[in-house]
Amino acid sequence: MAKETTPEELVNVDYEAPKKDWTETPVEFREGMYCYGSRPVYLQEVGFPNPREWSPADEDWKLPENWKEIVLTAMEERLSKYRSFRVFMDICVRCGACADKCHFYIGSGDPKNMPVLRAELIRSIYRKYFTIGGKLLGKRAGARELTEDVIKEWWYYFYQCTECRRCSVFCPYGIDQAEITMIGREILNLLGLQTDWIGGPVANCYKKGNHLGLEPHAITSNIEYLLDDIEEITGITIEPSFNRKGAEILFVTPSGDLFGDPGTYTAMGYLMLLHELGLDYTWSTYASEGGNFGFFTSMEMAKRLNYKIYAEAKRLGVKWILGGECGHMWRVLNQYMDTWNGPADFMEEPVSPITGTKFENAKSTKMVHICEFTADLIKHNKLKFDPSRNDHLNVTFHDSCNTARGMGIFDEPRFIIKNVCNNFFEMSSDATREKTFCCGSGSGLNAGENIELRMRGGMPRGHAVKRVQEKYGVNMLANICAIDRAVLPPLMDYWAPGVDVCGTHELLANALVMKGEIKRTQDLRLEDLPGVEDDDDDDDNNEEGGE
Amino acid sequence: MKIYSLLAEKKPDVLKKWFALILETYPKETSSFLKSQNSQTRNPVTQAIYEGIEGIFNGLVHEDDEDKLNIYLDNVIRVRAIQDFSPSEAVSFIFSLKEVIRKELDKEICDPKMFKELLGLETRIDSLANSAFEIYMKCREKIYEIKANEMRNWTYRALHKTGFYKEVRTEE
Repeated sequence: MAKETTPEELVNVDYEAPKKDWTETPVEFREGMYCYGSRPVYLQEVGFPNPREWSPADEDWKLPENWKEIVLTAMEERLSKYRSFRVFMDICVRCGACADKCHFYIGSGDPKNMPVLRAELIRSIYRKYFTIGGKLLGKRAGARELTEDVIKEWWYYFYQCTECRRCSVFCPYGIDQAEITMIGREILNLLGLQTDWIGGPVANCYKKGNHLGLEPHAITSNIEYLLDDIEEITGITIEPSFNRKGAEILFVTPSGDLFGDPGTYTAMGYLMLLHELGLDYTWSTYASEGGNFGFFTSMEMAKRLNYKIYAEAKRLGVKWILGGECGHMWRVLNQYMDTWNGPADFMEEPVSPITGTKFENAKSTKMVHICEFTADLIKHNKLKFDPSRNDHLNVTFHDSCNTARGMGIFDEPRFIIKNVCNNFFEMSSDATREKTFCCGSGSGLNAGENIELRMRGGMPRGHAVKRVQEKYGVNMLANICAIDRAVLPPLMDYWAPGVDVCGTHELLANALVMKGEIKRTQDLRLEDLPGVEDDDDDDDNNEEGGE
Repeated sequence: MKIYSLLAEKKPDVLKKWFALILETYPKETSSFLKSQNSQTRNPVTQAIYEGIEGIFNGLVHEDDEDKLNIYLDNVIRVRAIQDFSPSEAVSFIFSLKEVIRKELDKEICDPKMFKELLGLETRIDSLANSAFEIYMKCREKIYEIKANEMRNWTYRALHKTGFYKEVRTEE
C-alpha cells in the first residue's frame, strides 16, 4: 500500500537536488541511541568469534585484520544459502511504501531509519561486490566501497530495527526487512560486534537455561514468593511441580515473568489458572526460558538455545508443551523450532485434557500457545469469571509484533479479555492487529543505556495509547509479551502517563472464580479492589462487589 | 486587543506558515513525509505538532492562562525532546511564531498603536519560551528518571537473584 498522493502534491515538483548523497553522510553516534558493546566473556562463553573489549563510542573498533574478507565471505555464503536474501537485495524498486511505516523513522525522523534505506546500507555493498552493474558502474549503480565507516553505520542502524516486520506488511514485494536486519547482525556478530544486552542473556541462557541466569533454586524460590501472594489473595495453597517426570504437559514461559513486575502477576495468573484446572503439568528449572536472545545473534545460536526445550520434554516424557505469553519466543517456536530441532516425534499431537480440543496447528511442533489453550477453555464454558473485579480498569490491547505478524494471533487474547473485563477499547486500526506498532524495544533493544532510542521507537505506540486514554479513559494496556511487560511501563510513563501495563492472564486470574477461594478483596498486585468491602466490615455483603 | 482579532482572522495562514517553518528543522526527506500524512495514528509527529501549535495559537489569541498553554507546548516539546535536536533547537519553534506574525501583519504594524500591541504579544511569546524550556527540561528529566529506575530495578533483581537481598514479609 503506497501512500495516496493528492493532485496538488503531484504538480508540486521539487527540482532541487539534495545537497549530498546519503552515502556521504557518515553516521554520528549519539549517546542514548545505542547499546554498549558486548563484554568479551559473553562471546567466549558460547564460542562467538573475535571477542575483545571495545566501545561503539571509540574511534577504533579493533576489527580483526581480515574483517573485509570475513564480511564479504559471510555475505556470499548467505546469498547462496538464503534465496530470500538474494531476492530482497535485487527486487526493491524503491517505491517508498515501507518508508513511513517504521516506528523508528516516524519517531526519529532520521531518513536512514526508513526500511528502504536501512536495507540500502547492505544492498549498496551487495551491488559493489556481487553484481556486474555495480562492479562496472560503481556509485552510478548505487554501489559503494566496503569501509570501516560502513560497518559502523550497519551497527548503528541494524540495532535501530526491532525486526518487527511492520514494513513488510506494506511492501508490495513482501521484502522482509527483519530478515535483512537479522543477516546484517549475523555478519556483524562474526566481527565480534555484539551488544552487551544481547551477549549477556545469550551466555546466561546457554549456561543456565534462561536469560537472567537463574539457577534452579532461584526459580523455585521466586515462584514460592508468588504462591505466598496467591494464598494471601485467594486463600488457596498451590503446589506446582518442578522437573516432574511423567507429567502430561511441560510449561515453558519467559524467565522475565518470574522476576520483573508486572510480568510476575502474569506468572501468578498461569499458576492460578493451571491449578484451577487441575492440569497434570510441570515447570522445568532447566528449560526455564521460552525467549531466545540467540535469535538476535545468529540462526545457529538460536537453534542451540532452542534445543533445550525439546530435550527437556524428552527427558521428562511429557506428551506436549504449553507455552506462556511471549513475543519473539513464539516467532521462534512457530516458525523455526520444527525445522531446527524437530520433528518432535516422541510427543503426541496436543489435545486439551479439559475440552478434548485437538490443536491441529501445533500438530508438528507439539507446542500450544496459552492464549489458544485458554480461549478454548472459555469457549467451552470451563471457567467461571467475575469480570466486575476488573471494573476499575479500562483496558486496551497491544498486539505484540511477533505473535501478530509472525503467527497471526489476533482474536484469542481479545476473546479472553472481553470475557474477563467489562471495559475494553480498541486502539485505531492503523495501530493494531497486523498493523500493530512495535514497543520500540524488541529484538534485544530493551537495554537501559538506549532509553532515548526506545522512547523514539515507541512513540507511535505511545501516541495510539494516548488517544484511547483521552477518548475512553483507558488506564490499562494489556499484552501477551514478556518484553512488552518490561518495556511498556517506562514508555507509558513518558508518552501516556497514568496507563499501566499487564499480561492478559493477570486480568484473567483477577476475574477467575476459583473453587474454595475466600472473598477477594485484593487484586494480584495486592491492591484493594475498589468497591469491595472486607467481610469483617460488612457481614451481610456476600457479593464480590462492583456488580 | 485589535491584534488578537486580526490574528484570529489570519489563523489558517499563520498556522500553515508556522508549521512549514517547524518542518524545515527536519531533514528534507522527513519533512515531506510529515507534510503528506493526515492520520493521527499513521503520523503521530505531525499530529502532535499541529495540534500543539494550534492550541498555542488559540491560547495566545484568546489570552488563555499559562496552564492551558503548557498542555499544548508539552504536545510539541515532548516529541522534539527525544529527537535529534539540541535543547535550543527543540524549543526554538516558539520564536518562529514571531517571524510569521511580523510577516503576516507587515502592513498593520506600521500603525504605532498596532506596533505597541505587537510588542505586548511578543512579550507573551517570549514568556512562552521560558515555559517551553521548563517543559523541555521536565521531559529530559523524565528520560533520566526512567533510565535510573531501569538501573535500580536491574540492581534489585540482581541482588534478589543472587540471594543477597530478601524481602521482609510480615508474619501472621
